Amino acid sequence: MKRLDALRAIHDRLDGVAVVTIMGAVAAELQTIGHHDNFFYLQHAMGLASSVGLGIALARPERRVVVFDGDGSVLMNLGGLTTLARYRPRNLVHVIFDNGSLLSVGGFPTATSTGSNLEGIAREAGAPRTRTVDELPGFVEAFDDALGADDLSLIVAKVEPVGPAGYVTDLTLLENRFGFARWLASAGAGP
Amino acid sequence: MPVSLESSQRIFEALQAVDVRVLSALPETWLVHLIRLAEDDPQTTLVRLAKEEEGVGVSMGAHLAGVRSAMLMQNHGFFAAVNGIISGAQLYRIPLLMLISNRGVFGERDPWQTEGGLLTTHVLDALRIPFQTLGSPGEVERTIAGAMTLAYAALRPVAVLLDRELMWEEPS
Repeated sequence: MKRLDALRAIHDRLDGVAVVTIMGAVAAELQTIGHHDNFFYLQHAMGLASSVGLGIALARPERRVVVFDGDGSVLMNLGGLTTLARYRPRNLVHVIFDNGSLLSVGGFPTATSTGSNLEGIAREAGAPRTRTVDELPGFVEAFDDALGADDLSLIVAKVEPVGPAGYVTDLTLLENRFGFARWLASAGAGP
Repeated sequence: MPVSLESSQRIFEALQAVDVRVLSALPETWLVHLIRLAEDDPQTTLVRLAKEEEGVGVSMGAHLAGVRSAMLMQNHGFFAAVNGIISGAQLYRIPLLMLISNRGVFGERDPWQTEGGLLTTHVLDALRIPFQTLGSPGEVERTIAGAMTLAYAALRPVAVLLDRELMWEEPS
């Protein structure tokens, strides 16, 4: 499964959802498919995307929040998995694209390539709903199931270590940040 | 434990007065009462962190969602959060109010706090984070209100250093 195909397959489900992504390939690919004001790309502060998602989810419990994370980023903030499980925001879906690689900085292999199991780590941290999927239909089914559930859900999606040629897009960081905050301010209670 | 309950109460009330609704924290001796006050208050969402840098992310999310927040931590926790502050809160212009217990300065008895105590204000300066040291209970409300006002005007992190004379009551 390619991450780009996975994102493309569920892009239409993101309407009305507060979306937070990590830097690099995930941010660039989602913008390639189509940017909307409800998408926030954390282009640095590696590891903190799930913490940003937690802050949004706690501040706006009525709004669905989806975080698109990566194995390298999660490994930098494993403690964050325990914080997520502890507060268990029922409106948060945490997707981890696991390609076993720090792709955007040259493909340095991460510990998931040598057997570390992020779903297992999250489950033992206390996450109530966890899945690992490695093909597209399974990912779409798991994502729809998570969006429909009224509980914290985590999906580890095994993807190929491939990404776009470049990561800089024409959407500036601050334009994205202010547009996202404005969208959250104007969006009433939603999905 | 000679941590000042009265000062902790004043600080908590000052945070409420500036509409802080999300408070993320890691335990530190001087902050025990404050964290308990936050936990007992139904209007406040307390987020107990595993590491301080997470709190920068939580505050970013809360701010983007229109809710005011603050972080409670020791100066060593501030050091542990530096990359998140730079490449999260500063890069994305987030008003981040940080209350930092100022350990390792005059009067410190714990040897392990002394090295960090030499560096707190220098690291704040290096990061261009405006800060004031808060030592007097009578200054609590004004200082925290001023810090929040500046954070929102500048859209940047701002720090209040909680000093020994405010937080610690030496047993007589």
